[in-house]
Amino acid sequence: MSTAVTGLSVVAPTGLGVADYWAATLGGGSAIGPLTRFDAGRYPSRLAGQITGFEAADHLPDKLLPQTDRMTRLALTAADWAIADAGLTDRALSPFDVGVITASASGGFEFGQDELRKLWSAGSRHVSAYQSFAWFYAVNSGQISIRGGFKGPSGVVVGEQAGGLDALAQARRQIRRGIPAVVSGGVDASLCPWGWVAQLASGRISTGADPTRAYLPFDTAADGHVPGEGGAILVLEDAAAARARGRRVYGEIAGYGATFDPRPGPGRTSALRAAIDVALRDSGAAPGEVDVVFADGAAVPELDRAEAAALRAVFGVRGVPVALPKAGTGRLYSGGGPVDVAAALLSLRDGVIPPAPHVRPDPGHGLDLVVGASRPATLRTALVLARGHHGFNSALVLRR
Amino acid sequence: MTRPHALTLDDLIQVLRASAGADDDVDLGGDVADVTFESLGYDSLALLETVGAVERTHGISVDESAAAEAPTPRALLGVLNEALAAAPTR
Repeated sequence: MSTAVTGLSVVAPTGLGVADYWAATLGGGSAIGPLTRFDAGRYPSRLAGQITGFEAADHLPDKLLPQTDRMTRLALTAADWAIADAGLTDRALSPFDVGVITASASGGFEFGQDELRKLWSAGSRHVSAYQSFAWFYAVNSGQISIRGGFKGPSGVVVGEQAGGLDALAQARRQIRRGIPAVVSGGVDASLCPWGWVAQLASGRISTGADPTRAYLPFDTAADGHVPGEGGAILVLEDAAAARARGRRVYGEIAGYGATFDPRPGPGRTSALRAAIDVALRDSGAAPGEVDVVFADGAAVPELDRAEAAALRAVFGVRGVPVALPKAGTGRLYSGGGPVDVAAALLSLRDGVIPPAPHVRPDPGHGLDLVVGASRPATLRTALVLARGHHGFNSALVLRR
Repeated sequence: MTRPHALTLDDLIQVLRASAGADDDVDLGGDVADVTFESLGYDSLALLETVGAVERTHGISVDESAAAEAPTPRALLGVLNEALAAAPTR
């Protein structure tokens, strides 16, 4: 029994909707620029991958606005698009046939910050009743489930940047158990002062001022990442059932592996390679069958070295093309993995690998990084990697 | 020193819209005094948010459980206006 992606949508700094995102991505587009959502002048990092031109009221009913954070508005809009793309509502499904499993890394920080400000400046009576749920991790799953009337197995997975792949894997488990469809993926958006200081605390945020030199995975100038906002929502179904109905299938989630790094210390190395091995074994694919890797690309030198070492160990020196479109969006936390899965599926569909904007690969890493221009290729199998702060490693194998 | 005027249905609808929005397919402009909040698309949190807004605007305190149990705008207006009438004049 295999799990297919039948619906897809992306809300990314480089494009709203699959068509815009993919066109920008194939062109090597970057949306990294000055952070303008609030006055970031006094913070050490002042660049971000911002989504511009998203007016929630154009996409969502008035009723949802007082009770939703920006990340939830983006997630609900993306879910509407993915569900329409999959033709899910055209089917006679019972509410219990559809689950919602998303990832979250932050929760509704901007909403929460506003309510905490009211609490401390005006008093508890001024705090919105919607604070009871609008900030928490599971709210995107909850709101998508309420809006669609989906009552199947639902939940949220939290694993920082790795969580988006973990959510898709959990959705796949539910499909294997016989649930007809699951809406999955992840969207984060916490470009507000509270979210910003929380990110800065990781010590991994670039302090560069030049948008073209601030997020450079596997580059000799790599010096941290730029935070972005957005993500992707996908609809997963049983592959055979979807094909029997004549549905277009973007690809199958063929394998998954997740590991956790050991406590830092001498001789303790990253467990990323083991995650790749587990995912490949799960998919039945040999390393030589993988046609492209969408890498995690932390842009922290030590983490880049660890990822490059894992890729060389599995695939050999320059053994597989490596794609990093996220260099143009910034890291999207729980949205990062699902956006890379979307990009990988579109790559498989179109036979083309998008370039990583601005990156000049450090030859010392021994990676075949796709830069400069998109690269045509015959693609059947893709590997997507995502690492979450504090030790999460996840790998997902996709097959056309 | 004026005692606040009693709230009208229009006042309440205005606060509801501002606090909890409105469903696209519900006509709040009609006579909805005796239509249940459930059919108007408002849940208990929407009412909590609305009652909180009235409390802040008028500096009053409303019996939360009575407000939560009010099934219709007319019933909620009764609870709110009772609280307004009981409030000290200012």
